[in-house]
Amino acid sequence: MQKLGQIALNQTAYIDSIECEENIKRRLLELGLIQGTKIKPVFKSPLGDPTAYEIRGTLISIRNEEANRIIVKTR
Amino acid sequence: MGLTVKSTGNQVFSKTNKKKYRYQIAIAGNPNVGKSTIFNALTGMKQHTGNWPGKTVENTTGICTFHKENYLLVDIPGTYSLMSNSEEEEIARDYICFTPLDATVVIVDATCLERSLNLVEQIMEMTQNVIVCVNLLDEAQKKKIEINLKKLEKILGVPVVGTIAKKKKTLRILMETIEKTVKSKKKQEGKIIKYSQEIEEVIMNIQNKIEYHSSQTSLQKRWCVLKILDGDEKIIQTIEKKQQIKIQKNEELQNYLQKLRQQKEFQKQYIRDKLINTIVKETEEICKEVVIFHEEDYQKKGRKIDKILTSKIWGIPIMLAFLGIILWITIIGANYPSQVLSAFFGKIQEYLEAWASLYEIPVWLKGIAIDRNLSNRNMDSSCYATTYGNILSFIYFIRGLGSFTKNCI
Ligand SMILES: Nc1nc2c(ncn2[C@@H]2O[C@H](COP(=O)(O)OP(=O)(O)OP(=O)(O)O)[C@@H](O)[C@H]2O)c(=O)[nH]1
Ligand SMILES: [Mg+2]
Repeated sequence: MQKLGQIALNQTAYIDSIECEENIKRRLLELGLIQGTKIKPVFKSPLGDPTAYEIRGTLISIRNEEANRIIVKTR
Repeated sequence: MGLTVKSTGNQVFSKTNKKKYRYQIAIAGNPNVGKSTIFNALTGMKQHTGNWPGKTVENTTGICTFHKENYLLVDIPGTYSLMSNSEEEEIARDYICFTPLDATVVIVDATCLERSLNLVEQIMEMTQNVIVCVNLLDEAQKKKIEINLKKLEKILGVPVVGTIAKKKKTLRILMETIEKTVKSKKKQEGKIIKYSQEIEEVIMNIQNKIEYHSSQTSLQKRWCVLKILDGDEKIIQTIEKKQQIKIQKNEELQNYLQKLRQQKEFQKQYIRDKLINTIVKETEEICKEVVIFHEEDYQKKGRKIDKILTSKIWGIPIMLAFLGIILWITIIGANYPSQVLSAFFGKIQEYLEAWASLYEIPVWLKGIAIDRNLSNRNMDSSCYATTYGNILSFIYFIRGLGSFTKNCI
Protein backbone atom coordinates (compact mmCIF):
# COMPACT_ATOMS: atom_id res chain seq x y z
CA MET A 1 0.00 0.00 0.00
CA GLN A 2 1.25 3.41 -0.98
CA LYS A 3 -0.02 6.92 -1.21
CA LEU A 4 -0.92 8.24 -4.62
CA GLY A 5 1.36 11.21 -4.00
CA GLN A 6 4.33 8.85 -3.78
CA ILE A 7 3.82 7.21 -7.13
CA ALA A 8 6.46 8.17 -9.68
CA LEU A 9 5.48 9.78 -12.94
CA ASN A 10 4.13 7.34 -15.52
CA GLN A 11 3.83 4.51 -13.02
CA THR A 12 0.45 2.84 -12.95
CA ALA A 13 -1.39 2.41 -9.68
CA TYR A 14 -4.84 1.23 -8.60
CA ILE A 15 -7.08 3.07 -6.18
CA ASP A 16 -7.63 1.31 -2.89
CA SER A 17 -9.28 3.87 -0.67
CA ILE A 18 -9.72 7.60 -0.26
CA GLU A 19 -9.17 9.17 3.11
CA CYS A 20 -9.83 12.77 2.23
CA GLU A 21 -12.39 14.97 3.85
CA GLU A 22 -15.93 13.85 3.00
CA ASN A 23 -16.75 16.48 0.36
CA ILE A 24 -13.56 16.00 -1.56
CA LYS A 25 -13.81 12.26 -1.30
CA ARG A 26 -17.24 12.38 -2.80
CA ARG A 27 -16.10 14.53 -5.65
CA LEU A 28 -13.23 12.19 -6.40
CA LEU A 29 -15.55 9.19 -6.34
CA GLU A 30 -17.92 10.92 -8.71
CA LEU A 31 -15.06 11.48 -11.09
CA GLY A 32 -14.58 7.77 -11.12
CA LEU A 33 -11.82 7.21 -8.56
CA ILE A 34 -13.48 4.16 -7.11
CA GLN A 35 -11.71 1.14 -5.71
CA GLY A 36 -9.72 -0.73 -8.35
CA THR A 37 -9.55 2.16 -10.81
CA LYS A 38 -6.32 2.55 -12.75
CA ILE A 39 -4.58 5.89 -12.23
CA LYS A 40 -1.30 7.27 -13.51
CA PRO A 41 0.51 10.52 -12.71
CA VAL A 42 1.57 12.00 -16.04
CA PHE A 43 3.11 15.33 -15.23
CA LYS A 44 3.69 17.82 -12.49
CA SER A 45 3.06 21.51 -12.71
CA PRO A 46 6.12 23.77 -12.60
CA LEU A 47 6.01 24.12 -8.84
CA GLY A 48 5.38 20.43 -8.29
CA ASP A 49 1.83 20.92 -7.11
CA PRO A 50 -0.73 20.00 -8.35
CA THR A 51 -0.06 16.89 -10.40
CA ALA A 52 -2.03 15.77 -13.42
CA TYR A 53 -3.29 12.18 -13.42
CA GLU A 54 -4.61 10.08 -16.21
CA ILE A 55 -7.79 8.29 -15.29
CA ARG A 56 -10.50 6.69 -17.39
CA GLY A 57 -9.22 8.28 -20.57
CA THR A 58 -9.08 11.83 -19.24
CA LEU A 59 -6.75 13.95 -17.18
CA ILE A 60 -7.55 15.47 -13.84
CA SER A 61 -5.31 17.49 -11.61
CA ILE A 62 -5.12 16.78 -7.91
CA ARG A 63 -3.31 18.72 -5.21
CA ASN A 64 -0.57 16.80 -3.46
CA GLU A 65 -2.30 17.33 -0.16
CA GLU A 66 -5.18 15.24 -1.43
CA ALA A 67 -3.01 12.80 -3.33
CA ASN A 68 -1.32 11.92 -0.07
CA ARG A 69 -4.63 10.84 1.35
CA ILE A 70 -5.43 8.52 -1.50
CA ILE A 71 -4.23 5.01 -0.87
CA VAL A 72 -3.21 2.97 -3.89
CA LYS A 73 -1.84 -0.43 -4.78
CA THR A 74 0.82 -0.90 -7.40
CA ARG A 75 0.02 -4.59 -7.84
CA MET B 1 -35.01 34.30 -14.12
CA GLY B 2 -38.69 34.78 -14.76
CA LEU B 3 -39.44 31.11 -14.84
CA THR B 4 -42.16 30.87 -12.28
CA VAL B 5 -45.00 30.41 -14.71
CA LYS B 6 -45.38 27.10 -16.38
CA SER B 7 -46.69 26.35 -19.78
CA THR B 8 -49.28 23.64 -19.71
CA GLY B 9 -50.30 23.55 -23.29
CA ASN B 10 -50.90 27.29 -23.35
CA GLN B 11 -48.28 29.79 -24.28
CA VAL B 12 -46.62 31.73 -21.55
CA PHE B 13 -44.70 34.97 -21.55
CA SER B 14 -41.05 34.77 -20.76
CA LYS B 15 -40.26 37.75 -18.58
CA THR B 16 -36.69 38.07 -19.71
CA ASN B 17 -37.33 37.63 -23.38
CA LYS B 18 -40.73 39.25 -23.73
CA LYS B 19 -41.79 36.51 -26.07
CA LYS B 20 -44.33 33.76 -25.78
CA TYR B 21 -43.22 30.18 -25.58
CA ARG B 22 -44.88 26.84 -25.22
CA TYR B 23 -42.09 24.52 -24.19
CA GLN B 24 -39.36 24.87 -21.64
CA ILE B 25 -36.11 22.98 -22.19
CA ALA B 26 -33.06 22.82 -19.92
CA ILE B 27 -29.57 22.44 -21.36
CA ALA B 28 -27.32 20.66 -18.89
CA GLY B 29 -23.90 19.02 -19.05
CA ASN B 30 -20.31 18.93 -17.83
CA PRO B 31 -18.30 22.15 -17.94
CA ASN B 32 -16.80 23.10 -21.29
CA VAL B 33 -18.74 20.69 -23.49
CA GLY B 34 -20.32 23.35 -25.67
CA LYS B 35 -23.60 24.06 -23.90
CA SER B 36 -23.43 27.81 -24.44
CA THR B 37 -22.21 27.39 -28.01
CA ILE B 38 -25.23 25.26 -28.83
CA PHE B 39 -27.52 27.54 -26.84
CA ASN B 40 -26.26 30.55 -28.77
CA ALA B 41 -26.61 28.82 -32.11
CA LEU B 42 -30.21 27.86 -31.33
CA THR B 43 -31.35 31.12 -29.77
CA GLY B 44 -29.24 33.57 -31.73
CA MET B 45 -27.93 34.94 -28.45
CA LYS B 46 -24.38 35.83 -27.53
CA GLN B 47 -23.68 34.10 -24.25
CA HIS B 48 -20.06 34.09 -23.31
CA THR B 49 -18.34 30.96 -24.53
CA GLY B 50 -14.74 29.93 -24.41
CA ASN B 51 -12.23 27.24 -23.97
CA TRP B 52 -12.13 27.06 -20.21
CA PRO B 53 -14.63 25.60 -17.81
CA GLY B 54 -17.07 27.44 -15.63
CA LYS B 55 -18.01 30.43 -17.72
CA THR B 56 -21.71 30.08 -17.16
CA VAL B 57 -22.52 30.43 -13.49
CA GLU B 58 -26.21 31.11 -13.59
CA ASN B 59 -29.15 30.11 -15.69
CA THR B 60 -29.58 32.06 -18.89
CA THR B 61 -32.71 31.87 -20.97
CA GLY B 62 -33.36 32.41 -24.64
CA ILE B 63 -36.04 31.67 -27.18
CA CYS B 64 -35.57 29.28 -30.05
CA THR B 65 -38.15 29.18 -32.78
CA PHE B 66 -38.48 25.88 -34.59
CA HIS B 67 -41.27 24.93 -36.98
CA LYS B 68 -43.09 28.10 -35.90
CA GLU B 69 -43.15 27.01 -32.28
CA ASN B 70 -41.28 28.87 -29.54
CA TYR B 71 -39.08 27.00 -27.09
CA LEU B 72 -37.60 28.59 -23.99
CA LEU B 73 -34.08 27.22 -23.67
CA VAL B 74 -32.26 27.49 -20.37
CA ASP B 75 -28.46 27.29 -20.32
CA ILE B 76 -27.56 25.98 -16.89
CA PRO B 77 -24.06 25.93 -15.29
CA GLY B 78 -21.82 23.04 -16.19
CA THR B 79 -21.22 20.45 -13.46
CA TYR B 80 -19.64 17.04 -13.20
CA SER B 81 -22.23 15.79 -10.80
CA LEU B 82 -25.38 16.89 -9.04
CA MET B 83 -24.63 15.30 -5.72
CA SER B 84 -22.03 17.27 -3.87
CA ASN B 85 -22.65 20.79 -2.87
CA SER B 86 -21.06 23.49 -4.88
CA GLU B 87 -23.11 26.52 -5.78
CA GLU B 88 -23.31 25.58 -9.44
CA GLU B 89 -24.41 22.06 -8.66
CA GLU B 90 -27.18 23.35 -6.47
CA ILE B 91 -28.43 25.77 -9.11
CA ALA B 92 -28.36 23.06 -11.73
CA ARG B 93 -29.95 20.38 -9.59
CA ASP B 94 -32.72 22.54 -8.17
CA TYR B 95 -33.55 23.78 -11.58
CA ILE B 96 -33.78 20.35 -13.16
CA CYS B 97 -35.68 18.89 -10.22
CA PHE B 98 -38.16 21.52 -9.32
CA THR B 99 -39.03 23.19 -12.59
CA PRO B 100 -41.74 21.57 -14.65
CA LEU B 101 -39.59 21.07 -17.72
CA ASP B 102 -40.79 19.67 -21.01
CA ALA B 103 -37.39 18.13 -21.69
CA THR B 104 -33.81 18.19 -20.46
CA VAL B 105 -30.98 18.03 -22.97
CA VAL B 106 -27.77 16.70 -21.46
CA ILE B 107 -24.79 17.65 -23.56
CA VAL B 108 -21.87 15.27 -23.26
CA ASP B 109 -18.30 15.35 -24.51
CA ALA B 110 -17.68 12.71 -27.17
CA THR B 111 -13.98 12.69 -26.29
CA CYS B 112 -14.62 11.62 -22.71
CA LEU B 113 -17.98 9.98 -22.68
CA GLU B 114 -17.36 7.94 -19.59
CA ARG B 115 -17.18 10.88 -17.25
CA SER B 116 -20.08 12.64 -18.93
CA LEU B 117 -22.36 9.65 -18.55
CA ASN B 118 -22.18 9.88 -14.79
CA LEU B 119 -24.15 13.10 -15.03
CA VAL B 120 -26.55 11.61 -17.57
CA GLU B 121 -27.36 8.76 -15.18
CA GLN B 122 -27.96 11.18 -12.34
CA ILE B 123 -30.26 13.35 -14.42
CA MET B 124 -32.20 10.35 -15.72
CA GLU B 125 -32.74 9.41 -12.10
CA MET B 126 -34.45 12.69 -11.37
CA THR B 127 -36.41 13.78 -14.39
CA GLN B 128 -38.35 12.52 -17.40
CA ASN B 129 -37.86 13.38 -21.06
CA VAL B 130 -34.09 13.40 -21.08
CA ILE B 131 -32.28 13.75 -24.40
CA VAL B 132 -28.58 13.01 -24.67
CA CYS B 133 -26.60 15.18 -27.07
CA VAL B 134 -23.13 13.84 -27.84
CA ASN B 135 -21.25 16.99 -28.86
CA LEU B 136 -17.67 17.56 -30.07
CA LEU B 137 -17.97 14.69 -32.51
CA ASP B 138 -15.35 16.40 -34.70
CA GLU B 139 -12.84 16.40 -31.85
CA ALA B 140 -13.59 12.76 -31.17
CA GLN B 141 -13.01 11.94 -34.79
CA LYS B 142 -9.65 13.71 -34.70
CA LYS B 143 -8.70 11.59 -31.74
CA LYS B 144 -9.96 8.48 -33.53
CA ILE B 145 -12.67 7.80 -31.02
CA GLU B 146 -15.80 6.21 -32.37
CA ILE B 147 -19.08 6.18 -30.51
CA ASN B 148 -21.94 3.90 -31.39
CA LEU B 149 -24.80 6.34 -30.87
CA LYS B 150 -27.53 3.87 -31.80
CA LYS B 151 -26.31 1.40 -29.25
CA LEU B 152 -26.00 4.10 -26.60
CA GLU B 153 -29.57 5.10 -27.27
CA LYS B 154 -30.68 1.53 -26.80
CA ILE B 155 -28.78 1.07 -23.56
CA LEU B 156 -29.90 4.35 -22.00
CA GLY B 157 -33.46 4.15 -23.26
CA VAL B 158 -33.54 7.86 -24.18
CA PRO B 159 -32.96 9.62 -27.52
CA VAL B 160 -29.30 10.19 -28.38
CA VAL B 161 -28.20 12.79 -30.96
CA GLY B 162 -24.68 13.41 -32.21
CA THR B 163 -23.66 17.03 -32.84
CA ILE B 164 -20.87 19.32 -33.91
CA ALA B 165 -21.81 22.72 -32.54
CA LYS B 166 -20.67 24.59 -35.63
CA LYS B 167 -22.64 22.40 -38.02
CA LYS B 168 -26.17 23.74 -38.28
CA LYS B 169 -27.36 20.51 -39.81
CA THR B 170 -26.53 18.50 -36.71
CA LEU B 171 -28.31 21.06 -34.53
CA ARG B 172 -31.37 20.71 -36.68
CA ILE B 173 -31.51 17.04 -35.85
CA LEU B 174 -31.23 17.97 -32.19
CA MET B 175 -34.21 20.33 -32.49
CA GLU B 176 -36.20 17.70 -34.35
CA THR B 177 -35.54 15.27 -31.54
CA ILE B 178 -36.57 17.84 -28.94
CA GLU B 179 -39.73 18.54 -30.90
CA LYS B 180 -40.59 14.88 -31.13
CA THR B 181 -40.01 14.42 -27.41
CA VAL B 182 -42.10 17.34 -26.20
CA LYS B 183 -44.93 16.53 -28.58
CA SER B 184 -45.25 12.90 -27.63
CA LYS B 185 -48.24 12.25 -25.39
CA LYS B 186 -46.43 10.19 -22.85
CA LYS B 187 -43.35 11.40 -21.01
CA GLN B 188 -40.47 9.02 -21.40
CA GLU B 189 -38.16 7.63 -18.77
CA GLY B 190 -34.71 6.24 -19.41
CA LYS B 191 -33.42 2.94 -18.08
CA ILE B 192 -32.35 4.07 -14.66
CA ILE B 193 -29.71 2.47 -12.48
CA LYS B 194 -30.65 -0.53 -10.38
CA TYR B 195 -28.75 -0.77 -7.14
CA SER B 196 -28.03 -3.98 -5.25
CA GLN B 197 -31.01 -6.05 -4.19
CA GLU B 198 -30.47 -5.05 -0.59
CA ILE B 199 -30.61 -1.36 -1.41
CA GLU B 200 -33.57 -1.76 -3.72
CA GLU B 201 -35.51 -3.43 -0.92
CA VAL B 202 -34.77 -0.59 1.43
CA ILE B 203 -35.84 1.88 -1.25
CA MET B 204 -39.20 0.11 -1.47
CA ASN B 205 -39.59 0.12 2.29
CA ILE B 206 -38.91 3.80 2.59
CA GLN B 207 -41.17 4.61 -0.33
CA ASN B 208 -44.04 2.83 1.38
CA LYS B 209 -43.66 4.99 4.45
CA ILE B 210 -44.01 8.31 2.66
CA GLU B 211 -47.22 10.02 1.73
CA TYR B 212 -46.54 11.56 -1.60
CA HIS B 213 -48.33 14.35 -3.31
CA SER B 214 -50.64 12.94 -5.97
CA SER B 215 -48.89 14.72 -8.80
CA GLN B 216 -45.53 13.09 -8.19
CA THR B 217 -44.19 10.66 -10.74
CA SER B 218 -42.74 7.33 -9.70
CA LEU B 219 -39.37 8.64 -10.76
CA GLN B 220 -39.65 11.62 -8.41
CA LYS B 221 -40.72 9.32 -5.60
CA ARG B 222 -37.71 7.12 -6.10
CA TRP B 223 -35.32 10.05 -6.34
CA CYS B 224 -36.65 11.47 -3.11
CA VAL B 225 -35.95 8.14 -1.39
CA LEU B 226 -32.42 8.05 -2.76
CA LYS B 227 -31.80 11.49 -1.26
CA ILE B 228 -33.16 10.33 2.08
CA LEU B 229 -30.86 7.31 1.98
CA ASP B 230 -28.00 9.54 1.07
CA GLY B 231 -28.83 11.74 4.05
CA ASP B 232 -28.39 15.09 2.37
CA GLU B 233 -30.27 17.35 4.82
CA LYS B 234 -30.37 20.40 2.65
CA ILE B 235 -31.96 18.75 -0.32
CA ILE B 236 -34.42 16.92 1.91
CA GLN B 237 -35.63 20.24 3.27
CA THR B 238 -36.04 21.58 -0.23
CA ILE B 239 -37.96 18.48 -1.30
CA GLU B 240 -40.28 18.82 1.71
CA LYS B 241 -41.01 22.38 0.82
CA LYS B 242 -41.34 22.11 -2.95
CA GLN B 243 -43.16 18.82 -3.14
CA GLN B 244 -45.17 19.19 0.04
CA ILE B 245 -44.30 15.92 1.67
CA LYS B 246 -43.37 15.10 5.24
CA ILE B 247 -40.00 13.55 5.85
CA GLN B 248 -38.38 14.87 8.98
CA LYS B 249 -41.64 14.84 10.92
CA ASN B 250 -42.65 11.45 9.64
CA GLU B 251 -42.08 9.39 12.77
CA GLU B 252 -42.52 5.99 11.23
CA LEU B 253 -39.97 6.85 8.60
CA GLN B 254 -37.50 8.36 11.04
CA ASN B 255 -37.71 5.31 13.31
CA TYR B 256 -37.08 3.07 10.37
CA LEU B 257 -34.10 5.15 9.28
CA GLN B 258 -32.64 5.18 12.75
CA LYS B 259 -32.68 1.40 12.85
CA LEU B 260 -31.37 1.17 9.34
CA ARG B 261 -28.40 3.41 10.07
CA GLN B 262 -27.30 1.01 12.79
CA GLN B 263 -26.29 -1.44 10.11
CA LYS B 264 -22.84 -0.60 8.98
CA GLU B 265 -23.60 -0.74 5.28
CA PHE B 266 -26.42 1.76 5.63
CA GLN B 267 -24.49 4.39 7.51
CA LYS B 268 -24.44 7.62 5.56
CA GLN B 269 -20.88 7.32 4.37
CA TYR B 270 -21.05 3.71 3.31
CA ILE B 271 -24.30 4.04 1.48
CA ARG B 272 -23.12 7.16 -0.31
CA ASP B 273 -20.01 5.44 -1.53
CA LYS B 274 -22.07 2.48 -2.59
CA LEU B 275 -24.49 4.56 -4.62
CA ILE B 276 -21.73 6.45 -6.38
CA ASN B 277 -19.79 3.24 -6.97
CA THR B 278 -22.76 1.68 -8.67
CA ILE B 279 -23.17 4.61 -11.02
CA VAL B 280 -19.47 4.72 -11.91
CA LYS B 281 -19.37 0.98 -12.59
CA GLU B 282 -22.46 1.22 -14.73
CA THR B 283 -21.03 4.01 -16.88
CA GLU B 284 -17.81 2.04 -17.21
CA GLU B 285 -19.80 -0.91 -18.56
CA ILE B 286 -21.77 1.25 -20.96
CA CYS B 287 -18.58 2.76 -22.37
CA LYS B 288 -17.08 -0.65 -22.95
CA GLU B 289 -20.09 -1.32 -25.14
CA VAL B 290 -20.27 1.88 -27.14
CA VAL B 291 -16.84 3.52 -27.35
CA ILE B 292 -14.05 2.33 -29.64
CA PHE B 293 -10.59 3.87 -29.40
CA HIS B 294 -8.92 3.40 -32.75
CA GLU B 295 -5.73 4.93 -31.51
CA GLU B 296 -4.83 4.15 -27.92
CA ASP B 297 -2.36 7.00 -27.71
CA TYR B 298 -4.86 9.68 -28.60
CA GLN B 299 -4.31 11.34 -25.24
CA LYS B 300 -0.87 12.52 -26.13
CA LYS B 301 -2.14 14.93 -28.72
CA GLY B 302 -3.30 18.04 -27.02
CA ARG B 303 -4.12 17.20 -23.48
CA LYS B 304 -7.05 18.83 -21.85
CA ILE B 305 -7.15 18.76 -18.11
CA ASP B 306 -10.08 18.97 -15.80
CA LYS B 307 -9.25 21.20 -12.95
CA ILE B 308 -10.50 19.44 -9.97
CA LEU B 309 -8.21 20.18 -7.12
CA THR B 310 -5.83 22.78 -8.31
CA SER B 311 -3.94 25.12 -6.11
CA LYS B 312 -5.45 28.54 -5.71
CA ILE B 313 -2.37 30.25 -4.45
CA TRP B 314 0.00 29.70 -7.33
CA GLY B 315 -2.40 30.14 -10.18
CA ILE B 316 -2.38 33.92 -10.21
CA PRO B 317 1.38 34.57 -9.88
CA ILE B 318 2.00 32.07 -12.65
CA MET B 319 -0.62 33.71 -14.74
CA LEU B 320 1.06 37.08 -14.20
CA ALA B 321 4.39 35.60 -15.15
CA PHE B 322 2.83 34.32 -18.33
CA LEU B 323 1.42 37.71 -19.03
CA GLY B 324 4.89 39.17 -18.60
CA ILE B 325 6.31 36.75 -21.15
CA ILE B 326 3.60 37.62 -23.60
CA LEU B 327 4.16 41.35 -23.19
CA TRP B 328 7.85 40.77 -23.63
CA ILE B 329 7.21 38.91 -26.85
CA THR B 330 5.03 41.75 -28.02
CA ILE B 331 7.66 44.39 -27.42
CA ILE B 332 10.93 42.61 -28.12
CA GLY B 333 9.78 39.52 -29.91
CA ALA B 334 7.80 41.33 -32.54
CA ASN B 335 11.11 42.04 -34.23
CA TYR B 336 11.95 38.39 -34.62
CA PRO B 337 10.99 36.77 -37.87
CA SER B 338 7.70 34.98 -37.51
CA GLN B 339 9.39 31.74 -38.41
CA VAL B 340 11.43 31.81 -35.26
CA LEU B 341 8.38 32.61 -33.23
CA SER B 342 6.32 29.85 -34.73
CA ALA B 343 9.10 27.42 -34.05
CA PHE B 344 9.16 28.66 -30.49
CA PHE B 345 5.43 28.32 -30.06
CA GLY B 346 5.32 25.06 -31.92
CA LYS B 347 7.80 23.55 -29.58
CA ILE B 348 6.30 24.64 -26.33
CA GLN B 349 2.75 24.40 -27.44
CA GLU B 350 1.91 21.01 -26.03
CA TYR B 351 3.56 21.83 -22.76
CA LEU B 352 1.92 25.23 -22.60
CA GLU B 353 -1.43 23.76 -23.32
CA ALA B 354 -1.23 21.22 -20.57
CA TRP B 355 0.28 23.62 -18.13
CA ALA B 356 -2.11 26.40 -18.94
CA SER B 357 -5.15 24.28 -18.46
CA LEU B 358 -3.77 23.10 -15.18
CA TYR B 359 -4.05 26.66 -13.97
CA GLU B 360 -6.99 27.69 -16.04
CA ILE B 361 -5.14 30.32 -17.95
CA PRO B 362 -6.42 29.68 -21.43
CA VAL B 363 -8.73 32.54 -20.61
CA TRP B 364 -6.25 35.02 -21.90
CA LEU B 365 -3.74 32.83 -23.65
CA LYS B 366 -6.62 31.92 -25.86
CA GLY B 367 -5.97 34.71 -28.28
CA ILE B 368 -2.34 33.72 -28.62
CA ALA B 369 -1.12 30.25 -29.02
CA ILE B 370 -3.19 27.51 -27.66
CA ASP B 371 -6.73 27.93 -28.78
CA ARG B 372 -8.27 24.89 -30.41
CA ASN B 373 -8.71 26.73 -33.68
CA LEU B 374 -5.57 28.79 -33.68
CA SER B 375 -3.38 25.80 -33.14
CA ASN B 376 -4.38 24.52 -36.53
CA ARG B 377 -3.52 27.68 -38.41
CA ASN B 378 -0.63 28.01 -40.74
CA MET B 379 2.04 29.37 -38.47
CA ASP B 380 4.26 30.83 -41.15
CA SER B 381 1.77 33.13 -42.71
CA SER B 382 0.48 34.65 -39.54
CA CYS B 383 2.54 35.49 -36.56
CA TYR B 384 0.75 34.83 -33.34
CA ALA B 385 2.36 37.51 -31.32
CA THR B 386 0.63 40.50 -32.76
CA THR B 387 0.04 43.43 -30.53
CA TYR B 388 -3.63 43.20 -31.24
CA GLY B 389 -3.74 39.61 -30.09
CA ASN B 390 -2.07 40.57 -26.88
CA ILE B 391 -4.38 43.40 -26.05
CA LEU B 392 -7.26 41.08 -26.71
CA SER B 393 -5.75 38.51 -24.43
CA PHE B 394 -5.26 41.07 -21.76
CA ILE B 395 -8.93 41.86 -21.83
CA TYR B 396 -9.71 38.16 -21.68
CA PHE B 397 -7.34 37.92 -18.80
CA ILE B 398 -9.03 40.63 -16.76
CA ARG B 399 -12.44 39.24 -17.55
CA GLY B 400 -11.32 35.76 -16.73
CA LEU B 401 -9.93 36.57 -13.31
CA GLY B 402 -13.35 36.24 -11.76
CA SER B 403 -14.14 32.86 -13.16
CA PHE B 404 -10.59 31.79 -12.67
CA THR B 405 -10.50 31.71 -8.92
CA LYS B 406 -13.91 30.22 -8.56
CA ASN B 407 -13.32 26.89 -10.14
CA CYS B 408 -10.72 25.52 -7.78
CA ILE B 409 -11.76 23.94 -4.55
N1 LIG C 1 -14.38 21.47 -32.24
C1 LIG C 1 -15.49 21.77 -31.55
N2 LIG C 1 -15.45 22.72 -30.61
C2 LIG C 1 -16.58 22.98 -29.92
C3 LIG C 1 -17.79 22.28 -30.18
N3 LIG C 1 -18.72 22.75 -29.32
C4 LIG C 1 -18.14 23.71 -28.58
N4 LIG C 1 -16.85 23.87 -28.94
C5 LIG C 1 -15.87 24.80 -28.32
O1 LIG C 1 -15.70 24.40 -26.98
C6 LIG C 1 -15.48 25.52 -26.14
C7 LIG C 1 -16.41 25.54 -24.94
O2 LIG C 1 -17.73 25.81 -25.33
P1 LIG C 1 -18.82 26.50 -24.37
O3 LIG C 1 -20.08 26.56 -25.17
O4 LIG C 1 -18.32 27.73 -23.79
O5 LIG C 1 -18.95 25.40 -23.24
P2 LIG C 1 -19.98 25.35 -22.00
O6 LIG C 1 -20.45 23.94 -21.94
O7 LIG C 1 -21.03 26.40 -22.14
O8 LIG C 1 -19.03 25.64 -20.79
P3 LIG C 1 -19.44 26.13 -19.30
O9 LIG C 1 -20.36 27.29 -19.45
O10 LIG C 1 -18.14 26.49 -18.71
O11 LIG C 1 -20.03 24.98 -18.62
C8 LIG C 1 -15.60 26.74 -27.04
O12 LIG C 1 -14.30 27.15 -27.38
C9 LIG C 1 -16.36 26.22 -28.26
O13 LIG C 1 -16.01 26.93 -29.42
C10 LIG C 1 -17.79 21.25 -31.19
O14 LIG C 1 -18.78 20.57 -31.47
N5 LIG C 1 -16.61 21.04 -31.83
MG1 LIG D 1 -21.53 27.97 -20.86
